[in-house]
Amino acid sequence: MNKIEAKNVDFYYGDFHALKNINITIPNNEVVAFIGPSGCGKSTFLRLFNRMNDLIPGTRLTGEIDIDGRNIYDPSVNVDILRKNVGMVFQRPNPFPKSIFENVAYGLRVNGIKDKDFITERVETALKGAALWNEVKDKLKASAYDLSGGQQQRLCIARAMAVEPSVLLMDEPASALDPISTSKIEELICELSSQTTVVIVTHSMQQAARVSNKTAFFYMGEMVEYGETKKIFTSPDKEATQNYITGRFG
Amino acid sequence: MAVEIDPSYMKHKKGIQKGMFICFRILSYFIALLLFYILGFIIVKGISVINWDFLTQAPTDGMTKGGIWPAIVGTFYLMIGSALFSFPVGVMSGIYMNEYAPKGKLVNFIRTMTNNLAGIPSIVFGLFGMAFFVNYLDFGDSIIAGSLTLGLLALPIVIRTTEEAFKDIPTSYREGSLALGATKAQTIWKVLLPMAMPRIITGLILSLGRVSGETAPILFTCAAYFLPKLPSSVFDQCMALPYHLYVIATSGTNIEAQTPIAYGTAFVLIVIVLIMNLLANYIRKYFENKLKSK
Amino acid sequence: MKRLIDNIARYILTVSGFTTSVVILLIIGFLFKEAVGLFNNPIVEDGYVLALNKENDVKKLSAQQIKNIFDEEITNWKEVGGKDMPITVFRLEDLDKHYTEEELGAEYEFAGAKIAEQIYQTPGIVAYVPDVLIEGQKNIRYIEDQNIPAKDVLLGNEWFPTATPSPIFGILPLISGTLWVSFFAILIALPFGLAISIYLAEVANEKTRKFLKPIIELLNGIPSVVYGFFGLAVIVPFLQQTFNLPVGESGLAGSLVLAIMALPTIITVAEDAMRSCPRNMREASLALGATQWQTIYKVVIPFSISGITSGIVLGIGRAIGETMAVLMVTGNAAVMPHSILEPLRTIPATIAAELGEAPAGGAHYQSLFLLGVILFFITLIINSCVEIVSSRNKFKK
Repeated sequence: MNKIEAKNVDFYYGDFHALKNINITIPNNEVVAFIGPSGCGKSTFLRLFNRMNDLIPGTRLTGEIDIDGRNIYDPSVNVDILRKNVGMVFQRPNPFPKSIFENVAYGLRVNGIKDKDFITERVETALKGAALWNEVKDKLKASAYDLSGGQQQRLCIARAMAVEPSVLLMDEPASALDPISTSKIEELICELSSQTTVVIVTHSMQQAARVSNKTAFFYMGEMVEYGETKKIFTSPDKEATQNYITGRFG
Repeated sequence: MAVEIDPSYMKHKKGIQKGMFICFRILSYFIALLLFYILGFIIVKGISVINWDFLTQAPTDGMTKGGIWPAIVGTFYLMIGSALFSFPVGVMSGIYMNEYAPKGKLVNFIRTMTNNLAGIPSIVFGLFGMAFFVNYLDFGDSIIAGSLTLGLLALPIVIRTTEEAFKDIPTSYREGSLALGATKAQTIWKVLLPMAMPRIITGLILSLGRVSGETAPILFTCAAYFLPKLPSSVFDQCMALPYHLYVIATSGTNIEAQTPIAYGTAFVLIVIVLIMNLLANYIRKYFENKLKSK
Repeated sequence: MKRLIDNIARYILTVSGFTTSVVILLIIGFLFKEAVGLFNNPIVEDGYVLALNKENDVKKLSAQQIKNIFDEEITNWKEVGGKDMPITVFRLEDLDKHYTEEELGAEYEFAGAKIAEQIYQTPGIVAYVPDVLIEGQKNIRYIEDQNIPAKDVLLGNEWFPTATPSPIFGILPLISGTLWVSFFAILIALPFGLAISIYLAEVANEKTRKFLKPIIELLNGIPSVVYGFFGLAVIVPFLQQTFNLPVGESGLAGSLVLAIMALPTIITVAEDAMRSCPRNMREASLALGATQWQTIYKVVIPFSISGITSGIVLGIGRAIGETMAVLMVTGNAAVMPHSILEPLRTIPATIAAELGEAPAGGAHYQSLFLLGVILFFITLIINSCVEIVSSRNKFKK
């Protein structure tokens, strides 16, 4: 079953044509990686899935993006509910100026959940799911800024997972981290795919190869190729993909 | 247990947001209206008083008739006088902080002192001016004492703008000049200062706008209630617009006759402040465009 | 030659670099010098004495007691620790009531003797006379003079610097006047300041911002005396009518004017602080389904709270130090305030109103410098608070 389906998507920043006629289907509970040189539009495309680009004035979208068979750009869609269902993890760890506990509980609270026991349980589950529970269980009240960068990023993953999104978007989630933290995050991504569909943007082809089932290669606002990760990295159909993964440009 | 959300809460939080934002917008526009009301009030009531005689004549008949020429002249002198002090000293001080002083504690110390000076209430400047310039240096109540007191008040503004202007000049300009064999002083004088000048001038004009409206520092250092003649030297007292407005508005002997003069004086003061603000903005924009077009 | 100029330039610039520091030291020095002098003044005006009958055993009187005696609020010596006898107040002018001009002599040469005679005849007398007149006269006791005690100044709740024979310099009414006016000013300015800074930083579009920002800057540029004049012409009559007051000049009028004047400071600093909240933090909040308003009050405000606090504290500083506008609209009654609707008087307004009349070097003059010192330290403390708050922003990386 397809989780996300994009049909004829074109996207503009003012006059700049950032995404050109993109069609993609992303199946349920898989990890899909978007790769490509910087400025190719992969992050922009990712941010369309939770309507993050709505915040940027002067942008325009044509085409349709369906999640669970429903067009998320339909006027009847409640953006807040959409964003609750589509979690996001950003390039740099960006915990809120709150305690560790409150960071994870944030998504529940802003969506009107008040049951304390339920929140406590969800926070614990989410922190365990992000492999952070053992490191922070004794200092849940401490500021999130007391954590290391890698821990902060796992906290951000826990924060996103606490509201049980059915899709998790990750925008270069490990690019600001050291190699050890990066490998922890990558392990986590593989585990998360049992609960949710993960779409990850990465500049590292090794990372894409390690974590994803499917890979899409973007270049100059176009999706050049999309297929099984193994195939993309061993025998791509297009020459541009071949050039990119062998490091001839980018 | 799954995370279920209540759709009515979604509506509820949207509603709260709408209410809050409307409230913010109303308060913001209320303040805009208030400013227009204050300006409009003074402009409408003041403009009918303004004519050539009002601007060029001295007050007559115990301040109930005549114009405000000596006060305009006095304010002008004070602005010039304060700039003569605050401009060179402030610019040099700003240059020292950015180009010479060892970074770290010393610069932080000077910056803290400058911030403290900026935070001192104007009446304390007045007290100091009276104790130091008027009594200790024995200038008496005079333009020079008033100018120096006002100059101290304007100093932090000039220092800050100079420092910021110099800070924003890329290091490559300094290195480029030094690499050609120029000394540090030459680099500052010939390369950095001309580049920083537009912003410094903007800061100076803003500080002059502030100086033109200050009353408390000149109450005891310079300002005179009424002088039949214009001042002839820097050791004379002078009249000044803000002090004139204060005196006429609070201790008038003939309120009915003096109220229009007060409105007229307030009008002229406001116009000076507006011109200073517009001028500063204009200069800023002009040089910004010039830099962009290069 | 080039090197020489370079060194001279370095030298001159270094000197001017320390101007502000030197000025601060000078301000402290000169203000303190005058202010400390206040405590070396006798409580009875210089050159005068308070003379008593020899039988009277009262040795010391405080400034407050002297004032009450001469205001005839204290009428018996036992109230100030003496014998039970009524007090007769005698001033130099009273001589004319008892003696003709001939008796006193053309040059007042016999006045001393006559005063002594009066003092001798009246057991309950207290005579306030110049000391030169009665020098060497017998049968007279003097009230022991003392310097103005710091306690009476700092804790005194009456400000009456022109009272004779002994002026009263209790600064509490002025301090509480300042605090009342500033407190209400901030109370009024706070909701506006926060709402407008949030609106400008988070809600308004670019066009609205470009319209509102110059307005806030302009509000900052209007001279305080114009605000005072506006307050006098509009706010004072308005308050008088609305609250049915005997006089519209009141603490509230001052607070309203100060609120308008403190607003630009609060708004500018708070808005800058909120704008410095990183974009990705806002996005993280929105991505979890929070509304923009939830993001503002749960993420942006906690993140920029130290900057917002700095803005508010700076606004308080502006309100406390403001002179002219307050002087013009608060009515300037130097009494302990009981209601914000009554006239009251602030420290800066007192200095501005009274320094012109106080003879240089006198106790009154020095007391005003003491007020200046207090004001200086209040603002110094406020500035330090701001620096500490903004340097201890634990959320900034």
